Amino acid sequence: MSGEVEASTVEQQEMQDTVVSPEKTEEAKLKARYPHLGAKPGGSDLLRKRLQKGQKYFDSGDYNMAKAKMKNKQLPAAAAEKTEITGDHIPTPQDLPQRKQSLVASKLAV
Amino acid sequence: MAGAGGGGNDVQWCFSQVKGAIDDDVAEADIISTVEFNHSGELLATGDKGGRVVIFQQETENKSQSQFRSEYNVYSTFQSHEPEFDYLKSLEIEEKINKIRWLPQKNAAQFLLSTNDKTIKLWKISERDKRPEGYNLKEEDGRYRDAATITTLRVPVFRPMDLMVEASPRRVFANAHTYHINSISVNSDNETYLSADDLRINLWHLEITDRSFNIVDIKPANMEELTEVITAAEFHPHQCNTFVYSSSKGTIRLCDMRASALCDKHSKLFEEPEDPSNRSFFSEIISSISDVKFSHNGRYMMTRDYLSVKIWDLNMENRPVETYQVHEYLRSKLCSLYENDCIFDKFECCWNGNDSVVMTGSYNNFFRMLDRSQRRDVTLEASRESCKPRQVLKPRRVCAGGKRKKDEISVDSLDFNKKILHTAWHPQENIIAVATTNNLYIFQEKVN
Repeated sequence: MSGEVEASTVEQQEMQDTVVSPEKTEEAKLKARYPHLGAKPGGSDLLRKRLQKGQKYFDSGDYNMAKAKMKNKQLPAAAAEKTEITGDHIPTPQDLPQRKQSLVASKLAV
Repeated sequence: MAGAGGGGNDVQWCFSQVKGAIDDDVAEADIISTVEFNHSGELLATGDKGGRVVIFQQETENKSQSQFRSEYNVYSTFQSHEPEFDYLKSLEIEEKINKIRWLPQKNAAQFLLSTNDKTIKLWKISERDKRPEGYNLKEEDGRYRDAATITTLRVPVFRPMDLMVEASPRRVFANAHTYHINSISVNSDNETYLSADDLRINLWHLEITDRSFNIVDIKPANMEELTEVITAAEFHPHQCNTFVYSSSKGTIRLCDMRASALCDKHSKLFEEPEDPSNRSFFSEIISSISDVKFSHNGRYMMTRDYLSVKIWDLNMENRPVETYQVHEYLRSKLCSLYENDCIFDKFECCWNGNDSVVMTGSYNNFFRMLDRSQRRDVTLEASRESCKPRQVLKPRRVCAGGKRKKDEISVDSLDFNKKILHTAWHPQENIIAVATTNNLYIFQEKVN
């Protein structure tokens, strides 16, 4: 009889653990999947990763190459403004075409 | 009820408008990254990942009739920031607009501050509805006339033209942040503003771009000792000497600029004591504060962490006066949310005009309205399926476990890619702007 009571107490304790702390259950799950996960989760590693967000490139050439690859996938940019001012005419600010839109307009502004 | 700005559950919310493309294939540039009403609520600005700002203006016609007809239409759009490359670190500087803050209106033009990770810009948005015509020395298209051909003189006059809204960058505040800017906040003195990055907060004067004062610096001498970062900062709405900043450890520090030039030492530290037996791997991550906002009356502040919204009385530092669960059912999903990075999502929160209701977003395009005065809350959804004009939004319910009732959605069916991170509430009326990934929904209070 006492054995049963003990067993049910242990069960209750386990249930309580799960009920009281779903977080701890989740933590156990995580540790099971990633046994090498560091003990200090909010510590330096996570923060440092956050401080240095953004993809690192080897150099500016690498960056520009990556951008060029991206651009090919996007929609074509607006057609270039026709340039009337060439040759021996010295352009003045009024002569120059309006600043063209460098990128496609936002879809919210339709 | 007009202009009451109150009520969470006696208010019924109706669909008003939705902006943006319907297609599911969302370009990265179209992801909305910030939403902000101006001080009168007449203008609504959005910023996106592509560095663009779109400003909507509330129609003034029909305002005398039912409140309902006031629609927001595109007023101006411009490219605020462009992508840059940091040559020293070989890192790209994203053009994504992190925050937009409006300046109070002083004259006919409107001003706003917009920021990406590194640079803050002051934009002037002005209207032009007349243009000068009849110059003597210039043709209408601007080219100069040959002086020899001019035989008569005339007086140039202003003639009406179609309304043109122009946005021009008036100031560029650059090169003051080593880390990524997460917040900007205009001071009530209307002369200064602060910008905060992960480790530092700077004070600027709106007229001066080549200098800024560092007022908070939490960078440790040895970066190995880094334990927390600044997540958000805001000036007090009325006291120009007071600001707060929140941290990744769930604390908020209130600083008084009268105390010293460098406000590393806080005046008040707001922190809720934690039960050490409840501590888990996730505790610190989910306690990280993603947003802090003062109430309009300046007596309270609200913080948003991963699972809850807390209201703090500025006079009590040791615990919040109110705590609201946003989506407690996620506590038993933290493992997967860590794996898919959702646990790091930064939700914002906002107050209504009279500080009686607060709102914040969640997943599955759900957002939560938490009524402080009536102690009630409701979950609503921004969805294309509830887009009929003036359609009343139905409350949504999430089933945490066990038997799912009809009309409930189970936690496992939630779409974690549909997150509402940015919401805004009109400063006076019951009009809200809710941003899903690439759409902006505008909801209004139902008027009978």
